[in-house]
Amino acid sequence: MPIPASILTLAAGILLALISLWVGQTINVMPVAAADDANTVDALFKVLFSIGVGLLLGMTAMVVVALIHFRRRPGDHLDGPAVEGNLPLEIFWTAVPAIVILIVGVYSYDIYARMGGMADFNHHTTMSPSEVEQISLGNPPDPETVIWGGIDHSKGMAFPVEVTAMQFAFIFHYPQQNFTTAELHLPEGQPVELRLKSNDVIHAFWVPEFRLKQDVIPGQPTLLSFTANRQGSYDIICAELCGPYHGAMRSKVVVEDPQNFEEWLRRHTPATVATAPRSFQAG
Amino acid sequence: MTTITPQSTTHLPNEQQAAALAQSHHPDVRLFGLATFLVGDGMTFAGFFAAYLTYRAVNPLPLGAEYELELLLPTINTLLLLASSITFHQGNKSLMANQMATCRGWLLLTAALGITFMAGQMWEYFHLPFGLTDNLFASTFYALTGFHGLHVTLGAMMILVVWWQAGREGHFTPKNHFGFAAAELYWHFVDGIWVVLFGLLYLL
Amino acid sequence: MTVHVLPTSENHQEVRHHTPWQEYFGFSLDHKVIGIQYLVTGFFFYLVGGALAGMIRVELITPMSDFMTRDTYNQVLTMHGTIMIFLWIVPVVNGAFGNYLVPFYVGARDMAFPRLNAVAFWMIPPAGLLLVSSYFIGGAAQSGWTAYPPLSITTPAVGQIIWILSVLLLGGSSIFGAVNFIATILKLRQPGLGLFQLPMFCWALLGTSILVVLATPVLAGALILLSMDIVAGTGFFNPALGGNAVVYQHLFWFYSHPAVYIMVLPAFGLVSEILPIHARKPLFGYRSMIYSILGIVFLGLIVWAHHMFTSGTPPWMRLFFTIATAIIAVPTGIKFFNWLATLWQGKLALNSALLFCCGFIFNFVFGGITGVALAQVPFDVHVHDTYFVVAHFHYIVFGGTVFVIFAAIYHWFPKLSGRLLNEHLGRLHCLLSFLGFNICFFPQHWLGLNGMPRRVAEYDPQFQLINQISSVGALVLAISTLPFLINVFWSLWKGQPAGDNPWKACTGEWLTSSPPPVENWLHEAPLVTEPYDYGSTEGTMAVTAMGGRDLWSAGD
Ligand code: HEA
Ligand code: HEA
Ligand code: CUA
Ligand SMILES: [Cu+2]
Repeated sequence: MPIPASILTLAAGILLALISLWVGQTINVMPVAAADDANTVDALFKVLFSIGVGLLLGMTAMVVVALIHFRRRPGDHLDGPAVEGNLPLEIFWTAVPAIVILIVGVYSYDIYARMGGMADFNHHTTMSPSEVEQISLGNPPDPETVIWGGIDHSKGMAFPVEVTAMQFAFIFHYPQQNFTTAELHLPEGQPVELRLKSNDVIHAFWVPEFRLKQDVIPGQPTLLSFTANRQGSYDIICAELCGPYHGAMRSKVVVEDPQNFEEWLRRHTPATVATAPRSFQAG
Repeated sequence: MTTITPQSTTHLPNEQQAAALAQSHHPDVRLFGLATFLVGDGMTFAGFFAAYLTYRAVNPLPLGAEYELELLLPTINTLLLLASSITFHQGNKSLMANQMATCRGWLLLTAALGITFMAGQMWEYFHLPFGLTDNLFASTFYALTGFHGLHVTLGAMMILVVWWQAGREGHFTPKNHFGFAAAELYWHFVDGIWVVLFGLLYLL
Repeated sequence: MTVHVLPTSENHQEVRHHTPWQEYFGFSLDHKVIGIQYLVTGFFFYLVGGALAGMIRVELITPMSDFMTRDTYNQVLTMHGTIMIFLWIVPVVNGAFGNYLVPFYVGARDMAFPRLNAVAFWMIPPAGLLLVSSYFIGGAAQSGWTAYPPLSITTPAVGQIIWILSVLLLGGSSIFGAVNFIATILKLRQPGLGLFQLPMFCWALLGTSILVVLATPVLAGALILLSMDIVAGTGFFNPALGGNAVVYQHLFWFYSHPAVYIMVLPAFGLVSEILPIHARKPLFGYRSMIYSILGIVFLGLIVWAHHMFTSGTPPWMRLFFTIATAIIAVPTGIKFFNWLATLWQGKLALNSALLFCCGFIFNFVFGGITGVALAQVPFDVHVHDTYFVVAHFHYIVFGGTVFVIFAAIYHWFPKLSGRLLNEHLGRLHCLLSFLGFNICFFPQHWLGLNGMPRRVAEYDPQFQLINQISSVGALVLAISTLPFLINVFWSLWKGQPAGDNPWKACTGEWLTSSPPPVENWLHEAPLVTEPYDYGSTEGTMAVTAMGGRDLWSAGD
């Protein structure tokens, strides 16, 4: 007796599910993860990868089977069956993707919220643009006081670094120590907050190992906060076309353990800052 | 080889349909086409309006760039333009009644109203306290009113052409007057855009 | 039951109007001539765009910027993107096939506005030449096909302005075309032909044209403002003058996201026409196909900001656009499942047209899946503006739309020219395209995930090997064009005569001679109310049960 088609289909389905789960979970195509949120993003990617592999394999198998099994044999001049539709079937394949999409959507929203992507930036600004305008009677409002967006879940508690992007370099300023470098150093395991601004055109700050990217748009200071959790030196890449040398606009971020980082900070802090009178600092 | 066309799916048109087809090559859908195009044109304005509203919401202007726009002239202008829609409609009515002379009168009046509007607009331009590149509001103001002004100018020209055509014996008939209808539709559209523009730019 | 027999080929021969060749170079009003003009012009620009792609791939063989200067590289990629989208895909899937097929499908002798149609076509060659010539007068635009300010304001102005002019012309042409399609489909249908009896391609084109009319003018507006920023010194998008660069992005993507459906919906329509014929089965789920087109049109208008997830858009916006974008997978999925069901249990002719369609299904599902992944903000934040995105959209625009264009050429060439294309060369073309394409673009996903940004002439040496593999794929792709070109020229000259209806199809374009006479049919237009009337009903057929589905068996 031949095996019933429904059992074959079921077996094929289970096999497909197993393969796609295995592929999604074991094949790693991402670079190392070096920030807290990188692992959450990777978890999402694994889910997407599994779904994608299953869907693609399934669809491809159907096409290949159709091409082989239902190919027109020589001499056959008959038509196929005149099936014009099948409502339950159509409802089924509308509902399943819809459910998958919604689940994935909620999951990725959750991850994004955990990363700080849904943050409210008002506490950085204390004033809305229109208030800024009203308060600054007599002086042009300073658009720089408005934070336009980004990623933040540190609630203002993080270690701040100011990042300036320009054609074709990133410049890092440590406001508390008041010095500037061309290479970003960050402490491992401590939340940091990059305050990004651009001097000319749009650039983007990207560290693949952090899974973080943020456009740096002139006139729109932006915030990017995260916690690096793996020591090492990683590339900072400008990801937005910004002119001929866009491809060469790269820098390094060095993640060190907190002691080394403190040491590095001390080495670079200009001696003048500690001793100079306040008026000098302000000027 | 012959092609068999079974009746269940494919039939030849019957006598009447064939006759109808032969009579007019196909129905006149030019007005429909124009209306579709105007939807698109409207979307250009919608894009401008959206940009303008976004600027207002998020881009504070430098100090001294908040203007109280003079309202008297633009309001008169708005009324002129609204009136011109009515006069055009009156022209349509006379056309339907086949009174071509009256129709041409209304057309001329409509064109005059449109041109007066443009003159008013020009006067306003020359008396505004800001120039095109002064600030974001100024640029948006000129871009919006300028783009609309182009439309009015084009419309006024269309009306004059229609006025001239209406003078030719039998050019427009109550049944057959595409050029007239097109100009009218366009004119009402330009009017409608102005009302929104006036609300957003001057009143908001 | 009477069976009408259409006038036979004999008296066709006597009266057949052959379109004189000069007509193809002039201001013809015939929708078929205009369609072919679009097709040939588009294909010419495809070769230009492909040659530019070849230059990109040559440059990327090494990690250094050595084949061309960095400025030139940016010009080349800008021209490549612009030409491929605005001068190849959009004019061909809409202009070429739309013009050729829609009048046949609605049973009309021409489009609603033949003159406007010709004007729309004739805007394209000057716009294209203008664009290409800008390279020779002071350098082409170099800010990418997206032309984001402030970069596009600060790069050399002449090239950018010419780019804007040319895109405005092409956009205008596309709007005129859309107005024409809408009027033809809605108003020129033969008496007795209902909307829900139209071939799916008409619906696809109707949906597309609605998108064109609603979205393209917004791009025009944005470009007008951009050109004022460049020429007149206004500051709409220039933060240095108090403007806002992100507003441009919103306006641009409000058009350019729908534009991706403008590039793919007509292709979907073509697939829906081709598959049933070569599978000898009715199109599965006719109604749900239509609703999914309408769903895609609606959703397509409200997802644009998924291109701006890293642009500092407010959080609620990212959330909304994530969900809206991913939901598009549902109506799109309906279409793919319907096509699979159409193939299932059919009698598949494994010819080039069908094979290209199957290649399309694989490639597009692949690209769609990466699209849904891109729609998830946390993931997009990582891969935005990287080669992952480049891979995503080439899987869709090339693996999807271009594959369909080739399928359509194999399918309709007999109608256009009266001769069949050679199947062996066709299948070779299909195989080479499929292999070359996947070798070229599959590895790019990995590049993007691992840190290679797009639009760079120089890159991290660790990526060299993968880039070289990709370049080899591009070479195979370029070679795959050869069998196709040989096939077309040889078949035009010596190909096997096709006869009126080589595929035994039911739709109007096949119920006339090949190539069709000037007014499409010498007789009255046939009224096709069941365009997918293939397939046999259960068991043996009654002799009297003559349906379109019997054409196949009756023909021999
Ligand atoms: C014809 C062109 C085309 C088409 C049809 C699409 C279709 C889609 N695109 Fe793509 N896209 C582009 C062309 C296209 N795209 C281009 C050119 C760019 C780059 C522009 C630039 O920056 O230069 C881009 C960029 C782009 C981005 C921005 C990436 C970035 O820059 O960061 C995103 C993000 O959401 C995206 C998403 C999608 C989605 C969700 C679809 C969906 O429509 C896909 C839906 C289809 C499927 C999903 C497959 C079939 C469905 C099933 C089999 C059902 C079951 C499926 C599931 C349950 C998942 N695209
Ligand atoms: C819409 C359609 C489309 C099509 C069909 C293609 C086709 C191809 N594309 Fe393109 N591509 C885009 C649209 C398209 N592309 C867009 C929108 C961008 C983004 C631009 C931007 O960032 O602004 C892009 C960017 C882009 C990049 C990224 C550049 C960068 O970011 O730095 C690359 C790199 O590999 C690439 C490669 C290719 C290749 C190898 C093909 C191949 O498939 C081409 C195959 C065809 C041929 C090889 C032609 C064969 C003929 C000849 C070779 C004959 C010689 C010519 C003459 C005699 C005249 N494309
Ligand atoms: Cu800075 Cu690219
Ligand atoms: Cu999109």
